[in-house]
Amino acid sequence: MKERPLDFGALFGSFDNFMSYTAGGLVFGAIYALIALGYTMVYGVLQLINFAHSEVFMYGTFAVAWTFVFLHGTGRVNQSLGEALPVLLAALVAAMIVSAAIALLLERLAYRPLIKKGAPKLIALISAIGASFALAEAMGLRDRFASWVGLDDNLKNYVVPGKARDVYSNPVSIQPKGLFDIGGYSVTDVDLVVLFAALAMMVALDQFVRRTRFGRAIRATAQDPESAALMGVNSTRVVQLTFLIGGLMAGAAATLYMMKIGSTRQNAGFILGVKAFTAAVMGGIGNLRGALLGGLVLGVMENWGSAVFGSEWKDVVAFVLLVLILLVRPSGLLGESLGKARA
Amino acid sequence: MAKDSSETKVKKDRRGFGEKYAAAPTPVKVVAVTLLLVLVYALPLLRPPILTTNSIDFGTVMFRVIAFALVALGLNIVIGYAGLLDLGYVGFYAIGAYTTAVLTVYHYSWPFFLALPAAIVVTMISGVLLGAPTLRVRGDYLAIVTLGFGEIIRITVQNVEWVGASAGIKDIPHPTGIGAKPNPPFDQGGLFQVPRLQWDGFVPIVDLEHKTSFLAFGSRDAVPYYWLILTFLLLILIGDRMIKASRVGRAWEATREDEDAAELMGVPTFKYKLMAFALGAAIGGMSGSFYASSQAGYINPQSFPLLLSMLFVATVVVGGSGNRWGAIAGGALVAYLPERFRDFADYRLLAFGLALTVLAVWRPEGLFPPRRTRRAKAAEAEIDALEEGTENEEVTHA
Repeated sequence: MKERPLDFGALFGSFDNFMSYTAGGLVFGAIYALIALGYTMVYGVLQLINFAHSEVFMYGTFAVAWTFVFLHGTGRVNQSLGEALPVLLAALVAAMIVSAAIALLLERLAYRPLIKKGAPKLIALISAIGASFALAEAMGLRDRFASWVGLDDNLKNYVVPGKARDVYSNPVSIQPKGLFDIGGYSVTDVDLVVLFAALAMMVALDQFVRRTRFGRAIRATAQDPESAALMGVNSTRVVQLTFLIGGLMAGAAATLYMMKIGSTRQNAGFILGVKAFTAAVMGGIGNLRGALLGGLVLGVMENWGSAVFGSEWKDVVAFVLLVLILLVRPSGLLGESLGKARA
Repeated sequence: MAKDSSETKVKKDRRGFGEKYAAAPTPVKVVAVTLLLVLVYALPLLRPPILTTNSIDFGTVMFRVIAFALVALGLNIVIGYAGLLDLGYVGFYAIGAYTTAVLTVYHYSWPFFLALPAAIVVTMISGVLLGAPTLRVRGDYLAIVTLGFGEIIRITVQNVEWVGASAGIKDIPHPTGIGAKPNPPFDQGGLFQVPRLQWDGFVPIVDLEHKTSFLAFGSRDAVPYYWLILTFLLLILIGDRMIKASRVGRAWEATREDEDAAELMGVPTFKYKLMAFALGAAIGGMSGSFYASSQAGYINPQSFPLLLSMLFVATVVVGGSGNRWGAIAGGALVAYLPERFRDFADYRLLAFGLALTVLAVWRPEGLFPPRRTRRAKAAEAEIDALEEGTENEEVTHA
């Protein structure tokens, strides 16, 4: 690396630059926020760090890419958002189903036996780490599994024999179209869709947890599992529901991510998962609105940071920010409150 | 009656291997320990069949096993004794390795045995620097903060030219040996040379072609490094035993079990947590220092991925968090199994992940739970039995 002086000019030199870094950060922050939900919900209910959630997201990104391959073939094309929309919706459904299925599978195999035994939290974390390794590796070895069952020829577009560990690109790359300018930054339709879809899902989930019967069960279990169970809440169901919601949101996040980035790989989930978890903690873990705020703040701040310090320091900015926020507000920006949300 | 039977059962459960050993007469103990030590030291030369790795040098694997065990021992103080979840332990490992590399070759040319204590001190200070602000935040948040720390260290060494940036640091000198210096390619140096065994099926043959020279650290043979790090492991083990049994160890236990109660009883919990953090960091730095100056003598930022932290935590928890032997066993397993089954190269990480999950679900207390757990369990069983007894009594009264 060349030694590089702090470049505040890059960020604050012109209003245009400032706006473009901010807008870019908001879009990525929205994706962080959607993934953060999976961490924050599980933590709110079980007080467990759902380490394997990054893999739930990663499987969602592959589901999106596979849907496009299935409907378009592997020929690489550029499409506008409007043209790609029908396939994109199909991909969204596929990703949500796949991610939710993986999340439920995780709950069933890696968590439930431990919760039943009342095992220490740390061991659940190890179980989750193991599951995360296994899931990521299984994706990286999918060509081998396909050849075991003799389907590698039929599935070669999906499993990419010999290159299953490489970057796997969506055949359709969605070309963003500028809609209007804010201070010289051209806001594209993709940006808007990502931001608004994420916001809409967050609002819907927030209302679900606050207003519905299921939401009340989740809040009750988060507040006091034993009393909730005595009042007739089926805690296993609640935990399942929590994982299901986390999975659905991760699937949505995966679709938005693929719209914006367009490629994935078997270890794509890891660093994004770490960031999303950071966002969840930053906003106050167990707090849905906190996850949104944390995600947006993290996305914007790390973009600003990468403008000032250079993009290689982006992750450092994110973590230092986390430490600073926790020092000032030890329970996150909005506090921990899945249980405390009022109906 | 019921109480009697439960008591004998408890006694039986508690009489494990350790108590049988404690009951043996002193000469027997001395002989047993000596034999065990000789066996452990000689392991990479004996190269027992089945255990020996085929596709990679067994001495190198054994060195890695001990390096992992050393890390596990350090992390066990943080996680097992003080109950602090540290997901960024690899940061300390990296700081130890980089301090050694910078001091011995990159900017200065200190000998290894001077750089080692320096590395330990530097990591200990960095442990205090990280711990002082962050140990005040709640337990689970510590996990993510430390995870961030591990990543910060990796990114920093990757981007700062002063520590070699992404190219890393090469030609890190080996420790100074005893006896003649090795003069490659033929003269291995050292005081004397020890042949190793070669196995033809289950028949041992003395292999005179490959000899290990006693304490000459070269780039061809990993066994002297193994001896060196094993010696340090044993020293740390003794220290660990002493500190666990001391006032400090009890303060850690009290803090882990109930921080508020401990604070009320007059234990300055923050001070002890910081101490555990710093000590753990120092041991991690020490292991990193050995890693840097080992055979290859090369480190780069890719040697310290965040995943390594997860492996370290897994090592401690799989073995049985809070039990030093468990931690060592865990270290041995986590470092050894993937190397032993290198033939299944592509599937080993998959198998490792599955094994971790299965192990966690199957034995939530770890492979070798510390005695405290067993003791607590026995006490719990006793209380349960008593409770049942009183209940029955009440029923009969009614």
